[in-house]
This record gives sequence, structure tokens and C-alpha cells, in this order.
Amino acid sequence: MMPATLSTVAYVGATILFILSLGGLSNPESSRRGNLYGMVGMAIAVLATVFGPNVTTAGLPWILGAMVIGAAIGLFAARFVKMTQMPELVALMHSLVGLAAVLIGYANYIDPAATGHLQGAEKTNHEIEIYIGVLIGAVTFSGSVIAFGKLSGKIGGAPLLLPARHWLNLTGLLAVLWFAREFVHATSMQQGMTPLIVMTVIALLFGIHMVMAIGGADMPVVVSMLNSYSGWAAAATGFLLGNDLLIVTGALVGSSGAILSYIMCKAMNRHFVSVIAGGFGTGGGAPASSGGATATAPAGEVVPILAAETAELLREAKNVIIVPGYGMAVAQAQHTVYEITKHLREKGVNVRFGIHPVAGRMPGHMNVLLAEARVPYDIVMEMDEINEDFPDTDVAMVIGANDIVNPAAQDDPASPIAGMPVLEVWKAKTSIVMKRSMASGYAGVDNPLFYKDNNRMLFGDAKKMLDEVLAALKA
Amino acid sequence: MPQVIGVPRETAPGEKRVATVPEVVAKLVKLGFKVAVESGAGDAANFSDETYRAAGAQVVQGAARLWAEADIVFKVRAPSAEEAALMREGQSLVSFIWPAQNPQLMQQLAARKVTVLAIDSLPRMLSRAQKMDALTSMAGVTGYRAVIEAANAFGRFFNGQITAAGKIPPAKIFIAGAGVAGLAAIGTAVGLGAIVRANDTRAEVADQVVSLGGEFVKVDYAEEGAGGGGYAKVMSEGFQQAQREMYARQAREVDVIITTALIPGKPAPRLITADMVKSMKPGSVIVDLAAEQGGNCELTEPNQVVVKHGVTIIGYTDLPSRLAKQSSTLYSTNLFRLSEELCKTKDGVINVNMDDDAIRGLTVIKDGAITWPPPAPKPPAAPPSAARPAAVQAKASGAHGKSSAPASAKATAITFAVAALAFWFIGANAPAAFIGHFTVFVLACFVGYMVIWNVTPALHTPLMSVTNAISSIIAIGALVQVAPPMVETANRPTAWIVGLALVSIALVAINMFGGFAVTQRMLQMFRK
Repeated sequence: MMPATLSTVAYVGATILFILSLGGLSNPESSRRGNLYGMVGMAIAVLATVFGPNVTTAGLPWILGAMVIGAAIGLFAARFVKMTQMPELVALMHSLVGLAAVLIGYANYIDPAATGHLQGAEKTNHEIEIYIGVLIGAVTFSGSVIAFGKLSGKIGGAPLLLPARHWLNLTGLLAVLWFAREFVHATSMQQGMTPLIVMTVIALLFGIHMVMAIGGADMPVVVSMLNSYSGWAAAATGFLLGNDLLIVTGALVGSSGAILSYIMCKAMNRHFVSVIAGGFGTGGGAPASSGGATATAPAGEVVPILAAETAELLREAKNVIIVPGYGMAVAQAQHTVYEITKHLREKGVNVRFGIHPVAGRMPGHMNVLLAEARVPYDIVMEMDEINEDFPDTDVAMVIGANDIVNPAAQDDPASPIAGMPVLEVWKAKTSIVMKRSMASGYAGVDNPLFYKDNNRMLFGDAKKMLDEVLAALKA
Repeated sequence: MPQVIGVPRETAPGEKRVATVPEVVAKLVKLGFKVAVESGAGDAANFSDETYRAAGAQVVQGAARLWAEADIVFKVRAPSAEEAALMREGQSLVSFIWPAQNPQLMQQLAARKVTVLAIDSLPRMLSRAQKMDALTSMAGVTGYRAVIEAANAFGRFFNGQITAAGKIPPAKIFIAGAGVAGLAAIGTAVGLGAIVRANDTRAEVADQVVSLGGEFVKVDYAEEGAGGGGYAKVMSEGFQQAQREMYARQAREVDVIITTALIPGKPAPRLITADMVKSMKPGSVIVDLAAEQGGNCELTEPNQVVVKHGVTIIGYTDLPSRLAKQSSTLYSTNLFRLSEELCKTKDGVINVNMDDDAIRGLTVIKDGAITWPPPAPKPPAAPPSAARPAAVQAKASGAHGKSSAPASAKATAITFAVAALAFWFIGANAPAAFIGHFTVFVLACFVGYMVIWNVTPALHTPLMSVTNAISSIIAIGALVQVAPPMVETANRPTAWIVGLALVSIALVAINMFGGFAVTQRMLQMFRK
């Protein structure tokens, strides 16, 4: 048993380690050490709690048992998850944090030892903390589960748009506020239980509804937003337990997720509120601005190209930029991309990658896939770093991306994606777009790039076509 | 019923090209057409009847039979009077026609009630017409061949060499006119190692010249020479004077001059005078690509190679035909692209759609009615200038990692007012213990904000998984509930609490271990 002061100091140490851990991610060199800091911090925090003044030895076997079960599952998942499934895994993990926050909130509420001695404003405050903790936890939980379903394809990617959905949300919010009042005014635990449970159900439904209404292309925002929520849930739990470590860590995670959401929204030139309100990326149906779209229907025509000709173009190029998108992840084509890259680099071709912030289904998704395929990270560039190099590029190869290379974002003020920063592949001497068909992207916007004179379309499954390109390159 | 595309043997003397090569035959068949080729049509361009048959064409003996069988005839040179006489009502012809120069032929074809698409009348300003632009593809061949002819007639290496037998200076080549042919010539000559200079009255082509490795020679006189449709216009007297001086200077210095200057509808400008030729070094070469239009050089004789004042002057007008296999392939690809435009349904039946700008321009006779010259094409739509500011704005704010422009004063004031109200409310109502935690919370948010902006976007996925792992710190909340050191309260539902807490611990442990492990796995993969 260590004294309370020692365990508090241990918490401070853990806090510092967590901050260093996030700071370490500023570049890949220091990132591994950063992760190590995180692990050490977590270990210190858990040990300081378990051996601290708030846990008696009677609980140790239980705690150990629960931890071992969880650890086994977690390590198993971490070992065998495919890199393309990272967004699903992360979403699922968020849901666990959310669920834990709900359970802890309930346990705290029914524990007279925790609440019994509080009076007046403190009691009200504590109850509000419980209420908010459970609320955020429940939204995170159900939202993450739906996000997981969408990302793994168990639920369709198209947004579900209920009629009057904004009114539904508003009604839910009012109901939550009403029950908060009921909950705080409850004189006994039994009396307070009903509003708490009703609110939990509303929060769960709200989480489901919120994510269901969001289209596939907005998933990066949703995933990072849920990341943020899981942080706020931890912070809320910290408030209800009066634990600064939880508050600090929750706030760190919460602001991290919030910043990521903000970056993702910027990268799509969309307002956070409009992403959350849902409805974008309808795919079918009328695009948001049918008037503008028809007025500027792309002229010209699509010129298909064969894998062998693609290889020819690549072989004769000096500068190549590859722009991967979600299609590459779906087709699991990153390893072939690397083989092609390696082959071209050995031949002295300057091959680089241009990554749009929202390429893929979560922030940084493409970087991880390319890293998995052993592409060196110093040739993987961000959009801002590489955009001005396109005019000097001989071949820009777009693999399974669409909206992020759409020139309409710059040229057509009426386009639904107008103003979204995009990779300017059309400025390269030749651009090759790999795509399964002429279908439009998640934003449901036609892409004038495909009709440009210097663009060629390589139709087919990305993996299969790239294999053919590689074979042709080696031949 | 698919239509038959007929490819006759070219009858013009010395013409070696053929309008369709076997490779394109296969593509035309895919479009739904039947293809008939006159026996021996491709011989001069090294395409045997056999290869045509293999590609799916029917080989027909004799021109008369071919013209009779074909619904659409693909030709290179404008038809002779005899060939025109073979045409029948309803038939279509795709070929070079030069309607302005051949009014008689136009009348004769119109009388046959046929449809004629003159590939030379393609509106070249339409960007989607580029793939059908046979003038461009032929000009490219011409430019290439001009350099080869010059090299053939020139008695020295083009590239400079230092050999055991002494130093050889590189040949200096001057190219007048940097149109398609001129640019092709520049590229070819640079490829052979020569020092290449070029001039054009259109200042905007200077960059293209330089990009091909040439040197752009300016005329010291300010006048812009771009006429309509990408051609040059006639220049003022003052300019021409300055230009002549420049040419005279170049003539004294260079070994080879290739002239490509043409002005549409006018005789070719006289750029190289007899005096300039005289001033050239003996053994020099002039290739005059404007020989057919009277020549850029005073001493050029069309279709002839002449030696005057020790300078070889080449006036061939059939340079594409001298590279018959290449130009046939390019030309037939142009015709194939045209066929695609004419037969969008891919059923082997052409539709001469006069509403289509490109096809309207090409069609000089439609069912016996002369439709040339076409009405002025619609000017290209003005570029959407309104889009520019928006794009620029988006770029400015899109640069993440850097703080964006400061928010407006009003918005800032409102934000601060709301924050102040919220703080006042909390300060007035919340218990003291809460304030302590609240302080920590707000400061932590700021720390998080500062730290996270430094994270490189490439590591956003690891960031999410590590923050996810760190958020399992919530486990502490469950840990303290399992076995708190308090006295048993009478009605504490211990079983429930412990159960909930243990489930939480297990869930969070998945997160904790899984999150860190998967982050580690990911970070291991990032390598230089």
C-alpha cells in the first residue's frame, strides 16, 4: 500500500508521460519512443491505482483476472488485424471506452459509498457529472458500433436520412435536458434510476442516428470525432471520481480528436456542423447542386488505357507521383504499389506519393498502408508539400481516389465540393486514373478530370491492374 | 447492317501512305464496321495484304470493285477526277481535300451526291479534336523527316565529338517557324546532338522551343504575331525588315536551315533570299517545308533537290510519304478517332451529326450540298474567372498545421462573451472541489491543443490508436470501484458494483493492450 501522496505523484508522472507520448508523434523517428512513454505512463497509472489507497488487496485477484482476459483479447486483435481494417478496429475500441464510461457511471451512481456523503451543491454537481459521463459514453458507444459496422461493410455506407432528422435530434436533446432535471431532483437512487436509464437509451439512439446519417466519405471526420468523444467520456469520468489524471488524459485525447476532426473538415472544406448533421455523400439521387452540375457538365471524353501502355508511360517518366485513395485499401493493392515503386526507383525514376488528408477512411490511413507495404516515409508527401510539383511531373497515377483529385473543387463554384483543397494531378503531363468504373465518388460529384485531354483511365480492379502493370514493367 | 469502310490504294504518283493500317482495321471492326482493302494498298508502306486479312479486313482486287463495295472510303490524298467519278450517291469519303485549293473537285464530288469529310478542315481549336488532327500528326512526321533529309544531305556529323582524329564542332541548325513541324524538327535535331536555334513570330512559343532544348532567337522589334487559330499572321514592314536582318545573320552562322513558315490562305513568306543563300557556308543545307506553297526560300524548287551557290536546297513536298509506315499509322489512328466520333453507338453505322462542332467543321459536302466553309465556330467559353478567388481562398485556409487567418473581431468578441458567461456561471454555482478539477481540465485542453498540432499528418492513424489506448486510463475509474477500503454501508449493492466495474476493466483492458500493441505494430512499419 502506498500513501495517497505517492499515488498522486505517480499520476503526475503518468500525465507527463502521456503528453510526451503524443508529442513524440511529431515525427516517425521519435514516434516509437512516444508509444513507449504511453505504455510506461499507463503502467504507472494502473499500478499506482491498484496499489494505492483506494483499492484493497481483496480486489486484486478480480482485477488481475479481468485485466488478463481483456489483455488477451486486445493483444490478439492487435496482432492479427489487417492494416486496411485499422479504421474498424479503432472505431470498435472507441466503443469499448464509451461502454466502460457508461458502466462506471452506473456503478458510481448505485454506490452509496461514493454518493451518500455528498450534500447540496456538491451532490447536484456529482449527479450532473454522472449524467454527462453516461451521456457521452453512451453516444460514443453506439456511434462507434455503427461506425464500425459501416467501415467493415456490415452496414451500408450510404447515409440513412430520416425525415425531419434535425427535429428528432432536437427533441432528443430536450428530452435529455428534461430527464437531467428529473435525475438531479430525484430523492432516492431508485427514483433517479428511471431518468438515467431513459437518458441512456436516448443517447444510444442518438449515437446510432448520428453516425447512420453520415456518408462514407465523411467517415474520417466521424472516426476522429468519436476518438474525441471517448476522450471527453474519460474526462467526465474523471470529474465524477475527482481524479485529475483521468481529467487531464481525457482532455488530451478529447482535444486530439477534436483537432483531427477539424483538420479533416478543413481538408474537405466543410463545416463541422454540416458533417455531423449528415446527408453529404448521398451517392445516388440528385447531387446537391443539380443546376450547377448540368451547366458545367464535363466536356470532352474519357480515354481508356491498357496496363501495358501504363507501364510504358511509367518507364519513360522521370517524375512520378502516385495518389492513393480508399480504392487502394479496398483492393489491398499497397504491396503491388510498393513493388512498382521499388522497380521504378531502381531505374532512377523519382517516385513519390501524394496523400490527401481525407484519403481513406480515417486520418492517416494511407500512410499506414504504405508503411505496411514498406514504402519509405520520406517519399510519402502531404498534399501541401507536393501540390506545386505536379507541373513538373510526367505521370500522376491515381489509384482508387476520386473526389480528392477533382478539379471541379477549384474550377466550379457550383460544385458541392467547391473550395475543397485537392491534389492537382491534372497539372501533370499525363494523369492515369485507376478506377473500377465511371461511377462518381462518395460525394456523388462527376469528375471533370476524367475528361481532360491528358488524362487516361485504367479501368479494372486496382490490384489486378497494378499486377499487370508490374508484370509489364518487368518484362 | 454494318457499313463497309473501303481503303483504296493511293493513286497519286509517289504517294506511299495508306489510309488505314492493319492495327486500326481490327479496331474499326470492333466498332462494328466491315473493312475492305484494295489489294496492294499497303504495299508501299510495308503492310501486306496478308496482314490486313489477319486483322479482319477483306482484300478486294481492283479500285473499281472497292469503290463500288464501300459505303465509306478512307483516303489519304484528295481523290483524282477518275476516283471521284467512281463515287455513288449516299457514299461517304474521308480524306484530305483542301476545299479552298480544289474548287473543281468540290463541284465534281457534290454532283455525285456524296458526303465528304475533309480531314484538313477539322476545327483545330477544339481540344477534343486534337486526337483526329491529321495535319498535326503529318506535320510532326514532316518535321522529323526534314531533319533526317538535312542530315542526309549535310556532309558532317550533327553532334560535336572529340575523337583521336580531332575535334568536331556540332552542327548549328536554324529552324524558322516553331509550329508543329518546327517543334518536331527542333526535338529531332536536338536529339541528334545539333545546336538548335529557332524563331517564330508568335512570342508564346518561345517556351516550347526552350523546353525541347532549342534556343529561341528573338527579332528585335515589338509586335505580336499570333493570328487566329494558332497560326501566324502577316507582319508589318518594320518587323519584316528586322526579321530579314536576323535571318541574314543566322544564314551566315548556321549549317542547316529548316523553314516551316506558313500563313493560311497566303503564299509562304519569303524568308531566305538568294543573297542569304549565297552568304551560307558551302555544304550547308536548306530544307524548305513550305515548298508546296511557293517556298520560304527564294531559290526553292518544289519537289526537287537543287544545289545553288554550294548550298543544297531540298524542296520535297511529300515528306510524310517518305516515312510511309509511320505517317500511315498516325493518319489511320486519326481516322479511327474520327470513326469513333461518327459512330458513338458502335454499331458500324456512321452518323454525320452536324450539331457537333468538330464534325460540322470537317463536313465539306453533305449529301451533295456543299457545306464549306463552315459558319464561324462558337468562341471557346470564357474561363470561369469567378472560381479563381474561391480556389485561392480555399488554398489559403486549407494549409493545416499553420494557424489560419485570425477570426473576425465580431466572432472573437462573441466567443469570448460566451466563454465569460459560462465561466461566471460555473464560478458562481460549482463547489470548490470542482473548480480545482475544472482548472486542470481547461489547462489540459490547451496542452493537448498545442501538442497535437505538432503531430505530422502521416502519423494521424497511430495518433488515433495511441490516444485511444491512452483513453483506457478510464480503467482507473473502474479499479477504484472494485474493492474500495470503506466500511460496508448497509445497503451497498456490492455484487452489482463489482460486476459492472470488472466488466469495465475487461473492456478497457482490451483497449489498453490492444491499442498500444497495434500502435507499436504500425510505428514499426514506418521506415525511411
